[in-house]
Amino acid sequence: MSPDRILNWPIIVCSSTRLTTDMFGAEYGWSRVTLLLNWFQSDFYQRGFSVKMISRLSHLSVRNLKRMLMGVVLVSSLSAWAQFRVEVSGVGLTQLPIAIATFRGDDTAPQKIAAIIRADLERSGQFRNIDATTSVIDEVARLDASVWRQKGADSLVTGSVTRLVDGRYDVRFRLWDVVKAQGQDLGGQSFPVPQGDLRLAAHRISDIIYEKLTGEKGIFSTRVAYITKAAQRYNLWVADSDGENAQTALTSPEPIISPAWSPSGAQLAYVSFESRKPVVYAHDVASGKRRLIANFRGSNSAPVWAPDGRTLAVTLSRDGGSQLYTIDANGGEPRRLIQSSGIDTEPAYSPDGKTIFFVSDRGGAPQIYKTAAAGGNVERVTFTGGYNISPAISPDGRWLAYISRVNGAFKLHVMELGTGLTAAITDTTADESPSFAPNGRLIVYATQQQGKEALMTTTLDGKIKARLGGQGGDIREPDWGPFQKP
Amino acid sequence: MRRILLVAGVAALMAGCGSSVKLDNVPVEDKSGTPTSQSGVDGQNAAKSAVTGIDLNKAGQDAINAAGPRVVYFDYDSFVVKPEYQAIIEAHSRVIKADKNRKVAIEGHTDERGGREYNLALGQKRAEAVRKAMGLLGVADGQIEAVSFGKEKPAAQGSDEAALARNRRAEISYR
Repeated sequence: MSPDRILNWPIIVCSSTRLTTDMFGAEYGWSRVTLLLNWFQSDFYQRGFSVKMISRLSHLSVRNLKRMLMGVVLVSSLSAWAQFRVEVSGVGLTQLPIAIATFRGDDTAPQKIAAIIRADLERSGQFRNIDATTSVIDEVARLDASVWRQKGADSLVTGSVTRLVDGRYDVRFRLWDVVKAQGQDLGGQSFPVPQGDLRLAAHRISDIIYEKLTGEKGIFSTRVAYITKAAQRYNLWVADSDGENAQTALTSPEPIISPAWSPSGAQLAYVSFESRKPVVYAHDVASGKRRLIANFRGSNSAPVWAPDGRTLAVTLSRDGGSQLYTIDANGGEPRRLIQSSGIDTEPAYSPDGKTIFFVSDRGGAPQIYKTAAAGGNVERVTFTGGYNISPAISPDGRWLAYISRVNGAFKLHVMELGTGLTAAITDTTADESPSFAPNGRLIVYATQQQGKEALMTTTLDGKIKARLGGQGGDIREPDWGPFQKP
Repeated sequence: MRRILLVAGVAALMAGCGSSVKLDNVPVEDKSGTPTSQSGVDGQNAAKSAVTGIDLNKAGQDAINAAGPRVVYFDYDSFVVKPEYQAIIEAHSRVIKADKNRKVAIEGHTDERGGREYNLALGQKRAEAVRKAMGLLGVADGQIEAVSFGKEKPAAQGSDEAALARNRRAEISYR
């Protein structure tokens, strides 16, 4: 984000009354439209006031009013910029309209709680934000439900963030159903947290709201691991599900690839080239302690944990060729899973642990196959296209996400395993490494935008995409962690 | 854009430095020994007790250098060693066979297209193709390890065919 771009666009907004996407440039286009829509959905606009009418009523010149409008948009853009990176495409979306009021204390707290919640819910694809940025309402305030109903909201979130005497912060919220005449209190909670967990508290609130209103568990308080490369320096990061709050777990002058969360979320397995060959480690995230999982002759790669956390599947070339093995999580002798004369790699467990999907070129070109987790018969899964790699199975076992080469472009695809129906769900051409959120509603993947590496989340239908915040430099190899124990 | 090219260029230079440092590991280690022998030979007032050392590591390095280029290039999506690289493989096989203590890694690489793990497996195929060719020439299996870097360590930056071709390779790396 360059400062000149931030400063430029509100001026464009003021000099143009038409809403088009291309006037903003592609990358953050929709977020700007969202912000602009927020203004147009605001009271003045909805009551049919034009700038000219307000000018007459307020005895201010049109020019000064436009300047004020510019300021409003600019200020809201600066505060919201970090949070809004969501693209919406497609029609027929059913999204729950929700208003997240600015929390009392947000202006002085180190993290803007309401803004984090808004971005979380929007990124999920299940919610549409009704603008409430200028309304500061705490969790004990009396509520006029009709005001919010009029704005089109079904639900309203209010809350506060207060610094406690011991230096911690108390984050409180309340969720309201505003469809009911008097508004119905759907409950609230208090999270006393240290400053470093303010974002986590916001994500936990998002999870509660999400579960209350959709009936499914939210994934906002989960974590994502990814790799960056900057100036010949490789970093393994652990970040919030929105890509923010990243902490480095490993720094190396040599490449790191294929991070994989253990089912408990306590460990990451990955491939490190620090000893001038690929070697698999398991790394305890909290303590930073790590241990060798596979350092056999040849290459050791593609680690993935069985759902019970006791076994890993890996690709080893110790007996010649890249072949699949399982290995005890505490180390020990690997056990060969299956045998082929070509490449077998990228194992991925089904959520019940009974099946391993993998990539093989046994048919001449890379395709996705599956076999029993104990080994045995091999069954082909992908039949369309000549290059299908990087399988990931949704937590309900229903969907397969993978990368398929189509006319030279590498695109994220989703297959419904029951029917074999597939769909390409991106417009990009260098997609890599899909990984499902633990509730199965989003996929995180790596891609390139304007020649730069980026991490994106998408809904399974491809309609809602968000670019994750994160580190500078090249960013890649995301893996979405499991649900966290509260 | 120009800045990006510059950065890419610097990165390429740095990548080049990185690998050359590794390959020249042996002579770097020898530096401490070299001045002693020089003073022994060249010094006009050389002490009678001076000893002129023979550096076997250095001699070995000369043999490696004499064997010439250490990179075998491959066609797109191929791990077949082309006939024009047979001479390189033969030259290095002789050097490796000459010293049974010598350990060599064959490092396979791919171009940037496609997935990281699948490319790692493709690079492994290239490394193993070179290892097998050396095995046919009588190099002991225990002296060579075939490993892969996939697309993680390109020799050339950029996405044009020339860069891609330079990256589809197996490097003979003395350790």
